[in-house]
Amino acid sequence: MALVLTDEQAMLRDNARGFLGKNAPIAHLRQLRDTRDPDGFSRQLWKDFVEMGWAGILVPQEYGGLGLGHVEAGVVMEELGRTLAPSPFLSTALLAASAISRGGSDAQKKKYLPRIVSGELIAALAIDETAKHRPEKTALTATRTGNGFTLNGAKTFVVDGHVADILIVAARTAGASGDNKGITLFVLDSKTKGISAERTPMVDTHNAARIKFENVSAGADAVLGKVDAGWSILEGTLNVGRAAVAAELVGASEEAFGRTVGYLRERKQFGKAIGEFQALQHRAAHLYCELEVTRSAVLKALQTLDESFDTAGAVVSLAKARAGGSATLAVQEAVQMHGGIGMTDEFDVGLFMKRVRVGQELFGDANFHADRLARLNHY
Amino acid sequence: MSDLETFRKETRAWLEANCPPEMRRPTQSEDDTCWGGRNWKFKSDAQRLWLERMAEKGWTVPEWPREFGGGGLSRDETKILRQEMRALGCRSPLDSFGIWMLGPALLKYGSEAQKREHLPKIARGEIRWCQGYSEPGAGSDLASLQTRAEDKGDNFLVNGSKIWTSYADKADWIFCLVRTDPNAPKHEGISFVLFDMESAGVSTKPITLISGASPFCQTFFDDVLVPKANLIGTLNKGWEIAKYLLTHERDMIGGMGSTADNRSLGKIAAETMGTENGMLADTVLRGQIAALEIDAQAFRLTMERVGDMAKVGQAHPAVSSLLKYYGTELNKRRLELVMAAGGSDALEWEGKRSRNGYQARAWLRSKANSIEGGTSEVQLNIVAKRILNLPGA
Repeated sequence: MALVLTDEQAMLRDNARGFLGKNAPIAHLRQLRDTRDPDGFSRQLWKDFVEMGWAGILVPQEYGGLGLGHVEAGVVMEELGRTLAPSPFLSTALLAASAISRGGSDAQKKKYLPRIVSGELIAALAIDETAKHRPEKTALTATRTGNGFTLNGAKTFVVDGHVADILIVAARTAGASGDNKGITLFVLDSKTKGISAERTPMVDTHNAARIKFENVSAGADAVLGKVDAGWSILEGTLNVGRAAVAAELVGASEEAFGRTVGYLRERKQFGKAIGEFQALQHRAAHLYCELEVTRSAVLKALQTLDESFDTAGAVVSLAKARAGGSATLAVQEAVQMHGGIGMTDEFDVGLFMKRVRVGQELFGDANFHADRLARLNHY
Repeated sequence: MSDLETFRKETRAWLEANCPPEMRRPTQSEDDTCWGGRNWKFKSDAQRLWLERMAEKGWTVPEWPREFGGGGLSRDETKILRQEMRALGCRSPLDSFGIWMLGPALLKYGSEAQKREHLPKIARGEIRWCQGYSEPGAGSDLASLQTRAEDKGDNFLVNGSKIWTSYADKADWIFCLVRTDPNAPKHEGISFVLFDMESAGVSTKPITLISGASPFCQTFFDDVLVPKANLIGTLNKGWEIAKYLLTHERDMIGGMGSTADNRSLGKIAAETMGTENGMLADTVLRGQIAALEIDAQAFRLTMERVGDMAKVGQAHPAVSSLLKYYGTELNKRRLELVMAAGGSDALEWEGKRSRNGYQARAWLRSKANSIEGGTSEVQLNIVAKRILNLPGA
């Protein structure tokens, strides 16, 4: 597979860019923030996504979805990164749809996928329990009770957790925290008794929540995949999320970079454009190289998810590690090169810095993925 | 089976049948690399046989047209050939500046007669070329070069001096930038000529580097007569050819780090330093190595992506500056970590145990990567000017 977008993928990119630029520019994020919107996203915008088929982008056609690949999902994520638009696209259309499509029973697929595609359901993936992403440390317990289970514990950093209709929850049914065996995934209605969500407004104004599970009953039919063997579905789902967030980071960092280069051309000091100073030219040129190198890794990760899903872990970690690092550099340079105006809330560039910090943390930061790759290579 | 799959199968079978076992082991020292040329002494029969067989197929220069000694392969076929060679561990049959730099320039700018004369000899490793670009007074500011070529009827009379001429003392011919119009603006009075290093008035003096090796020379031209038939392209328009050729040189240098040793640095470090609980005992170094490996792998993917983009006309013409800058800085970082992982063992300079200081010398050699072929700073200038369109760059 050549490491370039196909014509169809490039067309999707252009359409998404046109649509989001018009309907969800950065002013859209500001409005949600400044009005303290209770949902944290626009239901009308989500409806538009649904109409374009994006809610079902990864859902097989037999369940009404577009049945497209991860490259296409990444193309949309990258464009969302450019305008910082909040939406349930990641939580619902990518994470939940992927987990249920690949790990669900026929009954679960029939029950959930068409309603994801139609926009009826918003879904969230509840994994992290500590401030750093360590999925194998899942400690929330699911103990057998009669034919079902009882869940107790708490999750944090659940994207779209407070607006989700269904939750996909990683729970421990065997083994100890740290084992990847003994983890079971459950699909639960978020209104189930004992589940309580606390919205946690984050630095980037995108949705996140802490969710408590107190004696929550789950039937055996709520298990996604097999009991004690949820790890491989979870890893696959997280890999989709990691590659998707990496693509979003590419979009956010390239937009921040483009604005910065524009500013270097326009801003005059000492009687000339600041872009004429070699100190800034070299930093901008270096950053350009870093972003190009990251783009290669991210595209390869998305393509590998399409071609060889189960072996994509290493290249996905490569992509997420690279994207976390280069996006961080991009937004730091963006604020610094904009100078004082870059520090103001009125100016957009700071919003990119905020979103990138969250994207870096989501599903493992660059250090997490570097460690994962080192382990895979036995050192 | 698709054509490419068939090609892969046949290529693998051919390599298995024709690549001598000795040529499938990693190179151990400098003279394991075959450079060819009039005076080349093959290190072994296997080295000679491997070159002859590959040259016969045209696979020393797989993408060149068959009429000029190439293999006439498409880009995809060439990629497959390289993949299969890597899979079997086959050494390069022939390394040469003729292949990497002059050949592409001749294919684009040479006359039919010049192509017929020079390309097949490059492909077969019969003539070894060197590059006369830098001068003592013209380094990063290459276009300020002063070596003169005066019009003497059928010949040019060349006087001046070049520096950092790689292997000039071993080369048979030189491709050389000379000033043919001293009164024109500096980029417009330069021409691109070829001549035999055995011509009267040519002399070379090796320069010993910090690595102890002398891969470079200073080269002197004292009233050297060069036939005008050896002018490539148009008189006084050599700068265009020079720049075109430089992009190939940059790709070559930028790619060096990725081909040197494809073993994971982490694995090398684990062997030399030992592990605790499956992890390198030095956890700080472990993190640095992991970061380097990530960047190196992403860079390999970038070379692949740039190639794929070039094929569909999407590559920026100045992208070779990105590759040169990033690849060389990466290689320097890598060798710093190799030295850190090797500890005092890597400091040994002589003797069999250290293969005559192989690591230390490679580490020192790598420092030139970000200087030769245009410094990292020059590459960043090019990116700033040509890709980012920054003002005044």
